[in-house]
Amino acid sequence: MKKNVKWRFSIIALALVASFIALLPNTPIYKLMNKAYRDLMPDKGIVLGLDLQGGIYLVFEVEGDKAVQLSAKRIAGSINKLLSKKEIKAEATVSGTEIIIPAASTEIRKAVEDAYPTLSSKDSDGRLVYTLSEKEIKSIKEFATDQALETIRNRIDQFGVAEPVIQRQGEGEIVVQLPGVKDPKRAIDLIGKTAQLEFKLVDDESPAAAELPASVKPVDEEDFLAKIKGKVPETDEILFERHTSKETGDVTKRPYLLKKDSLMTGEYISEARVAIDSRFNTPYISVTFNPDGAKLFEEVTGKHVKKRLAIILDGNVYSAPVIQEKISGGSAQISGSYTMDEAKDLAIVLRAGSLPAPVHMLQNITVGPSLGEDSIAAGKRTGIMAFLLVALFMAIYYKLAGIIADFALVLNIVFLLGAMAAMNATLTMPGIAGIVLAIGMAVDTNVLMFERMRDELKLGKTPRAAVDSGYDKAFLTIVDSHVTTLITAAVLFQFGTGPIKGFAVTLSIGITINLFTALIGTKAAFDYINSSKEVKHLSI
Amino acid sequence: MIEIIKRTNIDFMKQRYIAFAVSGILSFVGILAIVAIARGTANLGIDFAGGTAVQVKFEKGVTLHQIRTGLEANGIKGADLQDFPSAKKALIVLKKAGEHRQSPASPEKGLSDHVIEALKKAFPDNKITVDSVSEIGPKVGKRLRIDAMWAVIASTIGILIYVGWRFQLSFSIGATVATFHDVLAVLGIFYVTGLEINLILLTALLTIAGYSLTDTVVVFDRIRENMRVLLKESIDSLINRSINEVLSRTLITSLTVLLASIALFLFGGEVLHDFALAMILGVLVGTYSSMFVASPVVLLWSGNKPLIKKQ
Repeated sequence: MKKNVKWRFSIIALALVASFIALLPNTPIYKLMNKAYRDLMPDKGIVLGLDLQGGIYLVFEVEGDKAVQLSAKRIAGSINKLLSKKEIKAEATVSGTEIIIPAASTEIRKAVEDAYPTLSSKDSDGRLVYTLSEKEIKSIKEFATDQALETIRNRIDQFGVAEPVIQRQGEGEIVVQLPGVKDPKRAIDLIGKTAQLEFKLVDDESPAAAELPASVKPVDEEDFLAKIKGKVPETDEILFERHTSKETGDVTKRPYLLKKDSLMTGEYISEARVAIDSRFNTPYISVTFNPDGAKLFEEVTGKHVKKRLAIILDGNVYSAPVIQEKISGGSAQISGSYTMDEAKDLAIVLRAGSLPAPVHMLQNITVGPSLGEDSIAAGKRTGIMAFLLVALFMAIYYKLAGIIADFALVLNIVFLLGAMAAMNATLTMPGIAGIVLAIGMAVDTNVLMFERMRDELKLGKTPRAAVDSGYDKAFLTIVDSHVTTLITAAVLFQFGTGPIKGFAVTLSIGITINLFTALIGTKAAFDYINSSKEVKHLSI
Repeated sequence: MIEIIKRTNIDFMKQRYIAFAVSGILSFVGILAIVAIARGTANLGIDFAGGTAVQVKFEKGVTLHQIRTGLEANGIKGADLQDFPSAKKALIVLKKAGEHRQSPASPEKGLSDHVIEALKKAFPDNKITVDSVSEIGPKVGKRLRIDAMWAVIASTIGILIYVGWRFQLSFSIGATVATFHDVLAVLGIFYVTGLEINLILLTALLTIAGYSLTDTVVVFDRIRENMRVLLKESIDSLINRSINEVLSRTLITSLTVLLASIALFLFGGEVLHDFALAMILGVLVGTYSSMFVASPVVLLWSGNKPLIKKQ
């Protein structure tokens, strides 16, 4: 008997030491430790959730349909090259995700289908309509999400955030968690920019060009576009340059008539950095192209001297300087009206590359650092109060047995925190609620046992017999009542997001550990009391 | 030995018709709440409905009325406001994004930016700290609603399987009815009082579902145990005897969790306020149902004939 008790006490002592070691990184001792020792210790401990340390939780959706559409456009472009090489007079256009060729000769069909055997076709009214296969569409979307994830990770790395979490979620969603970042708007802009850089020629020759006003108010934009629509040549489009007045903050937009075909895109950029224009003391972005890009840029500028070349990012014109002469050396400047921060972020997105498809934000949860601090303080207060209330009640109601239960409760909390630290679990505000509830539920186990023991004592059993049969008989009830709570905690873990998951984690670990402390810890204490001398009276 | 309750001899089964009436009403209100949630007329939180919530802290105290007029003067209408005067904090909730702004001066800014700007304009000499911002798109809201539904179904099935495995049929039905009753009652109370139905409430409800079984299991275990010994006793007096025998532990186990929940309610801050409230209600209702709902349902299901023993 005595041996058995010793053995159980050593397990508890061991678990205590392990818990303290796991928790070390969360204590101030960790920082005071000699580095040589510190390296031997775990390095992470319990991680604070975004709701406690402040930060941003964002969910973006990659517009997979757009990626598919872009793919279809690329294929249509190649088909057109193929057709013109074979001197077939027909042009493929894209509508939605369908590629349409308005002439349906067997010659065209053969040419296209030899080059693109995976496209499925159907004839309709003398046209050829090609669609991408389901499998292909799926893989395009898949690829777009993966690539967007990579690009976003790149941008955030360059932005400089400590320990960001960037993950895929479901089919086309990307979750970004940025601890400690205070300005959600800037982060959202940085991540959400498609950053599709294009160079297009300004069409100054078309009669429509002469009719463009110098600026349009944003509210009148739709009216203006409806009015001018009929006059814009088919190969052209209208895009705007935004101006924000420094004095009033009013936004105006300057329309440009541009050739639809882009002469060059941002894929050739090897470096982008912010520089200051010494004349106006305004920031601009200096872009350097890779050798292929430099060659292409030289060719493009050489071919269109004295014409205006518009620099477009995500459909907005930034500037449209006149090409004075052929530009060699492979660099360009993007000026526009932006602040220093905006310029820095723009340089980042240009360096990190464009997203394969636009993304839009589904969810933004931002917690300021002050709320996080308030929550931690509230959590500590609540935990201490709950412990005091419960412990006091147990000590008064069950006397010595209650005090033993209180010790078990302390162990329970230490083990719970230790287990969380060992798992590097994330502590959230609902997670703190889980710990507090676990405090209330943990003593239930002891209550059930003590009441059983009282039953047995009333029947006239000796303290030792009462303890043993009390434990045996209460055991199944305790397991039953714990398992049902564990079932719902497991469900919450499976379905819950962030904070709720934190709740499920603390509650379920708390309950599981409770079984251990109650069945091994408290029982050992009772056995110890019983074994030391023949006990006549049990303080319960 | 301190005892809250000395040996009692309450006839719980006799009160069952009153209990059924009370519980019937509570459950009915809960079902109404579910219908309202499905139809979108309940006070759903933005995590389920989609929308924007901004929580701010003022340096100097402000009334809700001042905030409302301040927001409306700056073009933000139809906000739901909630304040935490002790902390000089206010929560501004705009459901269904896009209906609240009058003039889209700069459409690329999020709604939360407009709210913050409007507050700064309305209270120029009061320092405003933004505590938190949540913007949830309708798609996420819809998915969370579906996830929530699955969570409820999955935990119900899980509990059913476990209780069905551990107890015979009439007991499983009693436990299940009591669990549903508890969840419906708390949901109903939230619905009737206009409190927000959100993800954190769902968490509380599922926790209540798991925990309310604790008390029921304690009573059932004792009934089962007595069944093996007291073969000749009629079922209603056997159930009564069992409930009376375990009454003090039923109350004490609930009391300890209640103490923890009260600590959460009083000190947990605004984030956990409603969660703690739901837990307090859930523990109270759960204790009541383990005595007045679960066991009477067993009685009702099995008739007053002796139960067939399992094992």
